[in-house]
Amino acid sequence: MSFLSYLINGISLGSIYAIIALGYTMVYGIAKMLNFAHGDIIMVGGFAAFTVVSTLGGNPIVGVLTAVVICTVLGVTIERIAYKPLRGASPLAVLITAIGVSYLLQNVALLIFGSNARQFTSVVNVPALKLADGQLSISGVTIVTIISCILVMVVLTTFINRTKMGQAMLAVSEDKGAATLMGIDVNRTIAVTFAIGSALAAVAGVLLCSAYPSLTPYTGSMPGIKAFVAAVFGGIGSIPGAMIGGIILGVIENLSKAYISSQLSDAIVFSVLIIVLLVRPTGILGKTIHEKV
Amino acid sequence: MKKALSLGLAVVMAASLTACGGGNAETTAAAKEDAAPAASEAAPAGDAASEAAPAGDAGSFKIGVIGPLTGDAATYGLAVQHGAELAAKEINAAGGINGAMVEVQAQDDEADPEKSVNAYNTLKDWGMQMLVGSTTSGACIAVAAETVNDNMFQITPSGSAVECVANPNAFRVCFSDPDQGTASAKYIGENKLATKVAIIYDSSSVYSDGIREKFVEEAANQGIEVVASEAFTADNKTDFSVQLDKAKEAGAEMVFLPIYYQEASIILKQAADKEFAPIFFGCDGMDGILSVENFDTSLAEGLMLLTPFAADAEEAKAFTTAYTEAYGDTPNQFAADSYDAVYAVKAAAEKSGITADMDASAICDAMVPAMTQITVDGLTGTGMTWNEAGEPEKAPKAVKIVGGKYEMQ
Amino acid sequence: MKMKSVKNKAAFQNIITYAIVIAAWVFIQILGGTGHMTSLLKGLLVPICTYVILAVSLNLTVGILGELSLGHAGFMCVGAFSGAFFTKVMADAIPSVGVRFFFALLVGAAAAAVFGVLIGIPVLRLKGDYLAIVTLAFGEIIKNLINVFYVGKDSRGLHFSMKDVASLKLEKEGEVIIKGAQGITGTPKAATFTIGIILILIALFIILNLIHSRTGRAIMAIRDNRIAAESVGINITKYKLLAFSISASIAGVAGVLYAHNLSSLAATPKNFGYNMSIMILVFVVLGGIGNIRGSIIAAVVLTALPELLRGLNSYRMLIYAIVLIVMMLFNSAPKAIEMRKRVIEKLKKHHGKEEA
Repeated sequence: MSFLSYLINGISLGSIYAIIALGYTMVYGIAKMLNFAHGDIIMVGGFAAFTVVSTLGGNPIVGVLTAVVICTVLGVTIERIAYKPLRGASPLAVLITAIGVSYLLQNVALLIFGSNARQFTSVVNVPALKLADGQLSISGVTIVTIISCILVMVVLTTFINRTKMGQAMLAVSEDKGAATLMGIDVNRTIAVTFAIGSALAAVAGVLLCSAYPSLTPYTGSMPGIKAFVAAVFGGIGSIPGAMIGGIILGVIENLSKAYISSQLSDAIVFSVLIIVLLVRPTGILGKTIHEKV
Repeated sequence: MKKALSLGLAVVMAASLTACGGGNAETTAAAKEDAAPAASEAAPAGDAASEAAPAGDAGSFKIGVIGPLTGDAATYGLAVQHGAELAAKEINAAGGINGAMVEVQAQDDEADPEKSVNAYNTLKDWGMQMLVGSTTSGACIAVAAETVNDNMFQITPSGSAVECVANPNAFRVCFSDPDQGTASAKYIGENKLATKVAIIYDSSSVYSDGIREKFVEEAANQGIEVVASEAFTADNKTDFSVQLDKAKEAGAEMVFLPIYYQEASIILKQAADKEFAPIFFGCDGMDGILSVENFDTSLAEGLMLLTPFAADAEEAKAFTTAYTEAYGDTPNQFAADSYDAVYAVKAAAEKSGITADMDASAICDAMVPAMTQITVDGLTGTGMTWNEAGEPEKAPKAVKIVGGKYEMQ
Repeated sequence: MKMKSVKNKAAFQNIITYAIVIAAWVFIQILGGTGHMTSLLKGLLVPICTYVILAVSLNLTVGILGELSLGHAGFMCVGAFSGAFFTKVMADAIPSVGVRFFFALLVGAAAAAVFGVLIGIPVLRLKGDYLAIVTLAFGEIIKNLINVFYVGKDSRGLHFSMKDVASLKLEKEGEVIIKGAQGITGTPKAATFTIGIILILIALFIILNLIHSRTGRAIMAIRDNRIAAESVGINITKYKLLAFSISASIAGVAGVLYAHNLSSLAATPKNFGYNMSIMILVFVVLGGIGNIRGSIIAAVVLTALPELLRGLNSYRMLIYAIVLIVMMLFNSAPKAIEMRKRVIEKLKKHHGKEEA
């Protein structure tokens, strides 16, 4: 029974990683950049929801929506100011700029909200599910997290496969030059990608803080890195890959804590990542890159 | 509050002074000799001290403060900075130390040893004469190696690792990690709170690991069985469900949390979600949990901790009010430690009769012997004294959270 | 870095790089001799040397080999711990701190090189961002492992444990050298600015000679076109591994220097985590990928910058972040580069007119 409990908690944690990883992977697929500031957008989402729900006493749904709107605007603005001028520059230059943006967001949050941790009021009011005569208890947040993750996944896949914008995104990720020739506005497509990625970050932020209710200006950075690892795990650029990568990562993390060593769980997670990448050099669902002479 | 107290009366006053904002008094045998020149505001206490200079003309003592003001340990550094600034403000309002004003400057070290040394050097360039810092243990050890070379007087409010005060010029206000671990195990054993204890600790933190080590050692003597010892790391402190499940499975009656309150607040929440309700027991790092903004205090009901400071205790009221007014936060134990550190500096400075025009090395030579002679009634302990090893001698207070408030045990 | 067709020109460029480093040393000696040096500057000298060495060594991997590594701090960590461990263990055998430090540098370099080879063999098979993430993973694993590593010494020899101090079963007078998360404390402060500069010069000597050798050209050929390089018979694995492990080894030396400058050494996310790896990468990218001299300057500027901004108090790191973004945009944005070119041309024209 305890195994099931570890597993479910792992899936729940993994679902949050997955939602964050989706943002990473979409941006990577289309803009070919590692957006290290993504984790900090999560934190902004958390603070936005916190301010609405706890400080102003608003409705949790309003809180979530505000977080989504603020993060979307923020994501697009960052893209416009910091990343767009670097289009055509070395991908490393963009990576470093993203790190600069990450420091910037953290320090702005530090100045506005201070360094003290805040207890996040869960936006979820679902009672815990009790199975097997109460031996297995699944908390409401866990259920909502897992359901949201599935929902996000379905909506996103539909969006990409069924809408014009989604198809444009696929085209841009495949070949920027060709997409331009086909009349696709590449800049607009990239902006939309950032908007979606950041909106997902807001959702992830609210879920993260609901499940693990401590909010500081640095809340987002570690889950951000973990999600980045998850995205690579699944094959960076692949949407189902991010999903699978996130969940596997969460499960491995929890099971290794439970059965091997809680001190070494980071090392174990990273070792599994290395082994996976050595067997499948482009991640679980990643596309193999064909080299041209 | 004027500090125009005759030092001869200090012994008598000590008991009644505790309620005052910075209730510090000197109670030493040597006080009698020094009684004569103590009538004026500027009260040099040492025999060799210069004649009492009128307040304002005596220059100012420059006290440096080091702590993480940015980064994810910023809570602790900012608290230390604010605590020291508040103490300095009060001291200045009351006429300063030996007639000289106190200037405080805080420098950021991001809780990193290398940055801490940089911060220390910056302060030296500013003309620092005494150091209150560093806040975190690793950084403090690195700075201690510098202060001993420079012969700079150092008192760390919260550097709890043993090595922080290994040098003769260094003192601390908080308990050392081993002391906390041993004291916690003793308290639990002597009060028969539990026999099966699980530990959840931060294996990447000097503080947490240090306490756990001694706790486990002492637990064996106290007949406490450590049924689970589960770790997390700085990189992996989001989810504690596995650690809690394992503690629960091992049948722990008590979970010992030698960690800071930020992580503890998540643990309490997750334990409540799991309907796992052992006694939770923390150390001084746990203090502050009730001040977490928006914290559901019912989660902490029954939580016990050994802490030298309680923000809502009677004797800390004036401090808490002034602090909240100035900085908008409830002070935590770091703020109290640093507030006491500055008052300890004041007491030792008055004892040794140093003046603001002395250089850091001469001040250090005078302060070190004085430190072992003073008694400070501070926020983190009444009748605090220091031994030559630089360790404070004070009794930890055990508190239990009842109805969202600390209740002394 | 563009391949220089004229050999003399390359040699001249190298001499300038050495000259800058030596001039910096002379300048600091004069400052120190005349008593014009602030304590902050004095304290910053060794860290700056450490970061310069790290930046130069990472540039070998990123710039010359053309592979993105996000785990460079891991090698620094290996070097720091093995070096400091050596210094502590040999305290009785070799009483002279200087001699111990010298051997510690060798030990650190060797240990980091071994890790470089061990990690390089699997990692270098991967490409691009996948390689980056695996190096990041290795860096984190090293940090995580060191945090649970306990080593003690007593009359019976060394004792190792991955659990706690008690399981070392030390004799009474035994000494714990590496104490898990608490790391190593009390390493003597043997690092000086002069030693730092000598180490920079040695690192430069190794890297610059490598670049301008046959081996270096082979490595750069792999970077520019792997398949073409392979087809002319260059042993890809061998050269990649060579460059990677040399880079790791030099980072190890920087780690030893770091460890002997501070009396407390613990593997925290701050000093040996991915944050540090990224910081070193920032030096390399800002200084210009493949540009060794640029790396040196960027490392000096970016190490000193947050210290110089101390006057801004709580706005310090905020301003630092903004400066970083602006510098990146100014340095790398295609439009900024174009604008810079135009300005330079204008200045040249203007200058030419005046001379005429």
